[in-house]
This record gives sequence, C-alpha cells and structure tokens, in this order.
Amino acid sequence: MEAFVQLLEGFNEALTPINLLFALLGVLLGTAVGVLPGIGPAMTVALLLPITYVLEPTAAFIMFAGIYYGGMYGGSTTSILLNTPGESSSIMTALEGNKMAKAGRGAAALGTAAIGSFVAGTIATLLLALVAPTVVELAISIGPADYFALALLAFLAVATVLGSSPLRGLASLCVGLFLGLVGTDLLTGQQRFTFGLPQLADGIDVVIVAVALFAVGEALHVASRLRHGPVQVMSSKGSFMTGQDFRRSWKPWLRGTAFGFPFGALPAGGAEIPTFLSYATERRLTKHPEEFGHGAIEGVAGPEAANNAAAAGVLVPLLTLGLPTSATAAILLAAFQGYGIQPGPTLLTTESTLVWTLIASLFIGNVMLLVLNLPLVGIWVKLLKIPRPYLYAGILLFASLGSYAVNAQPLDLVILLVLGLLGFVMRRFGWPVAPAVIGLILGPIAETNLRRALAISEGDLTTLVDSWFSRVVLLVALLAVALPPLLKLTRRRKEAVG
Amino acid sequence: MSAVVVGYVPSPEGRAALAKGVEEARFRGARLVVVNTTRGDALVDERYLAGGAVAELQAELAALDVEAELRQDSNGEDVAEDLDRIAGEVDAELVVIGLRRRTPVGKLILGSAASRILLTVHHPVLAVKA
Repeated sequence: MEAFVQLLEGFNEALTPINLLFALLGVLLGTAVGVLPGIGPAMTVALLLPITYVLEPTAAFIMFAGIYYGGMYGGSTTSILLNTPGESSSIMTALEGNKMAKAGRGAAALGTAAIGSFVAGTIATLLLALVAPTVVELAISIGPADYFALALLAFLAVATVLGSSPLRGLASLCVGLFLGLVGTDLLTGQQRFTFGLPQLADGIDVVIVAVALFAVGEALHVASRLRHGPVQVMSSKGSFMTGQDFRRSWKPWLRGTAFGFPFGALPAGGAEIPTFLSYATERRLTKHPEEFGHGAIEGVAGPEAANNAAAAGVLVPLLTLGLPTSATAAILLAAFQGYGIQPGPTLLTTESTLVWTLIASLFIGNVMLLVLNLPLVGIWVKLLKIPRPYLYAGILLFASLGSYAVNAQPLDLVILLVLGLLGFVMRRFGWPVAPAVIGLILGPIAETNLRRALAISEGDLTTLVDSWFSRVVLLVALLAVALPPLLKLTRRRKEAVG
Repeated sequence: MSAVVVGYVPSPEGRAALAKGVEEARFRGARLVVVNTTRGDALVDERYLAGGAVAELQAELAALDVEAELRQDSNGEDVAEDLDRIAGEVDAELVVIGLRRRTPVGKLILGSAASRILLTVHHPVLAVKA
C-alpha cells in the first residue's frame, strides 16, 4: 500500500494554494481551448513550454495536466451546443448530444457529459495511480532494444490509426522524424541537415515545430476557409438531469471508462477509437434503441466517459515508460526533457514527489472541472462569438512570441513561418499532424536507444529481436500496419464471391 | 414595384425596425424585403437567424398583408455593404434599421453598425428606436 501513502503525500503537496491556483489556471485555459475548434491542448501546452523556464516543475505540470483534462471537457461543450466538436475525441458526443440540445435538453446533455467525464476521469486517475507502480516494475527490465521496439510500435500505430489514410499518417511521421534529425548528433558530434547554419546546430526546438504545425497551420487553414457561415447555437437551457437520466447514464459512464482507459494506455493514438467503440456499444446495449439518432443520453454519457478515461490512460505509458501515445503526451514529454527529467521506469523513484503530486492534482482538476463547467457554459459560448480574425490574430501573436522567446533568434521565426506553411499544406491534404509531433519528439529517443542497443551488441542487428518482449511488440507493430489492407482485401474478395 | 428594405436582427431594435418597415411598405404600396446577414467571422453569431427562427419569421412574413421576403445571402461582407447591395438589387425606396443606444466610448471600441449603414447605403435610411 506504499502507492496509497505516496498518493496521500501527493495530495498534501497538491493542496497548497499555489498549486491549486495553477490547477485552476490550467483547467480554465484547457476548457477555453477545448471549446475553440481547431485549437487544442497540444498546441496550448506547446505554446506554454517556455514558461517551464521560470516555473517549478510541479506547478508547470499541474497546469499542463489541467489544460489536458480541460481540453476534453471543453470539446464536449461545443459538440453538444454547436454540433462542432472542439476536439476530435468529441465527435461522437456531437452525434447524440446536439440532437438532445435541439430537443431542448441541452442542460441534461451537458450534465451527463460533465458528470460522466468526472466519474471517468476520477476512476481512470485512480487506475493510473494503481497501475503505474506495477507497470514500472515490469518496465525496469526493458532494455534499449525493447524500448526501440516500443517506439516503433508507437510510431506505426499512431501513423496508421489517425487520419484518413495510413500512407498519409506514415508520411506525416516521416516529416516529424526528419525534423527531429536536424541538429548535432549526440554520439558522433556530426552536424545533420543544418545546411551550414550555426543556429540550427542545436536542432529545431520542439516548441517552434509544435506551434508552427498546430497554431500557424491551423490559422492559415481557417483563413483559407473563413467564408463558412456561422453555426447555430443551441440553448443550454432545459431541465437538468432527471433521476431517469442518471439511471440511464451510470452504466454507460462505467463502460466508457472501461473502453477509454486501456485504449488510452495503448500506443494506438488517443481517444478517437474508444469513443467510437463506446458509442457503438451503447447503441447495441440500449433499452431505448429508437432514441438513437434523435438524442439518446447513453450516446453522450458513454463517449464522454471514454474520452476522459483515455486522457488519463495516455499518462500511463508517459509516466512509466516515457512513451508518448498522443500529440499532447509527446509535448508533455518535451516539457519533461526541458526540465532535464527523462521519463522512464525510473521516474516514479527519482521524481516520486512530482509524479504523485501530479496524479493528486489530476483528481483535484477533475473536481474543479465538474464545478466550473456547468455554471460557466454561457461564458464558454461567448468565447465563440469573438470574430475568428481577431482570435487567430491573437493566437499567432502568442505563437510568434513563444517561438521567439525560446532562443531569441530571428531565424526561429522564419522556421516558424516555413513550418507553418507546411502545417497548412498538411491540413489541406488531410495529413494528420499528430504523427509528425510524435515523430519529432520520440524519434531522437528511439534513435538513441537503437544505437545504444547496436553499440552494446557491437553491430549485431539480431539484438533487436532478441528478447521475447521485442519480438511480440514488433509483431504487433507489423500487424498494425499490415492488418487494415489485408482486411480490406479479404472483404473485397468476399464481396466479389458472395 | 419598389421595395422597402429592413435590416433585421432578433432584438427589440430589430423588431421595431420590422414593424416600422411593414408600416412603410403598406403606406407606399411597396413590397418588403427583410435582410438578415452575417459577416461569418465568428463561429457563433446570435444575430443571424437559423433553423427554427427562420421558419418562424417566414411564417410571420407570409401572414402579412404586404408582399414580403427574407434575404439571408451573406457574402462575408459587413452588414452595411450587404444592405447597400440588396437595396440596389431590389430598387429600394427606403432602408429601415433599428438603432441601439451606444455611448461614445462604446462606439469607439466596438464600432457602430448603424453609423456605417447610414454612411454607406446610397438610399434613404430610416433609423428606428426600440
């Protein structure tokens, strides 16, 4: 029960006024960016990375975690009220939630989303606290070759699962890997892809790439499609959840959590799959099938619980293995690196105060989000009334400020613009941006591990498939790439025959 | 047949403008053109009618004794330019808008749509208070 004692100590640390303040700031900021479509927690955390230069690690991570969770809550508000999901993980919520709002039951939809998110977030964080020490014990025996296999799995799974086609995901991953290569090689001191520019000798900072791909790319993309008319706001009025709503919601909440947490923890790239699975399951298990498509509360409760549980699940591999499984997790990893902390199996022992304070503050953040979300819905909707030119101008201003603040180099702003154009082109042609960020941050780590493994085995490549762990993981990675096209082929053959 | 153009928003000022516009159309024997457009900048624009509100307004217009239509074609332009364009198209005799009281500082910071309309539209403008 040592974990429990450490968790209580974490609460002790997290309940100090300054940490509570940062948690509040984080959740407010997170909800605000979750509400605004196109801007998300990943970009916000990337923009705030320079803050880590002045803040204590604990305070900074509490704020980042608050932003991360808040983003999930905020996304559901716009999904329900405006049928425009703020986050990709809120797409399923929009299906039933918006219908409920149209039928005058907006408050109930928001209520079930908020309470479901709270329940799922709390349970999932509890699971995180329980599972993390166990996973760490398993992870200690992971060697560099095994870590490389895991990183490869993360790359391939994220690339093939997100976006409209696996090929684009892989291409985006390669862009990220390339950008991660720029700079000086640590092991040999060789300069790679610096084009002779001394400013690039340290590589392109992750802040600049993340901000360029997310903020600048999104701003350009929205600017190119601005002449879409405004959306209709649904009223958030109506009766709050009735007893019957509660009775219909609590099982979907639990099932959603069960879906969300494992998928978040797996290197399968975030919260979209569990929300989809949760929706499909609720649809099959509901006692009111005629309501689906017209505003069934289970269709809101399940996916909302799933996406919050997935958010907590993503933290498991991040804190225990140092393996990011989503874009936001990758940027959190970059934040850890900025403090000189290398997440991995040793994180729970060397930085145990930080980790347990973080987990405790996740609980607190969940409570804050529950309390804040329902009364403040009107304010979040007001945010959306800001004309987008002003909004994106503000975002670009912060983006440029943040990028310049990293190194005070004008070249960084040029890189910001170039990569921003790249981000725009990627969005225009449907390339997912998350694999690029994961490639950028995880690529160098994977490379270091690969070369370390090869150095230990003195150039023997079979060391990469030596242990059972790496064999299994590499096999799963291969399956992740090979399975979808194979399934498509067999389906086509079946259709041709039948 | 000439027309009376009304710049409509779902607010007391807009309702007053609509009422006055109906009166003027009746008086002049002209048809009524109700304009409700948006610049499309913001994701949420509560002054733009959508969904059920559009149907309600159209039912209301159909029940009038003058010929009336609702125009919502937005070009991403400011409301003053939209009114100018539509008034030119329908050969308007008069443009009716609702006037909202704004303090000088409010006008400085937030701007005044009424002031822009008064200056931009080439047709006579009638500003009505709620």
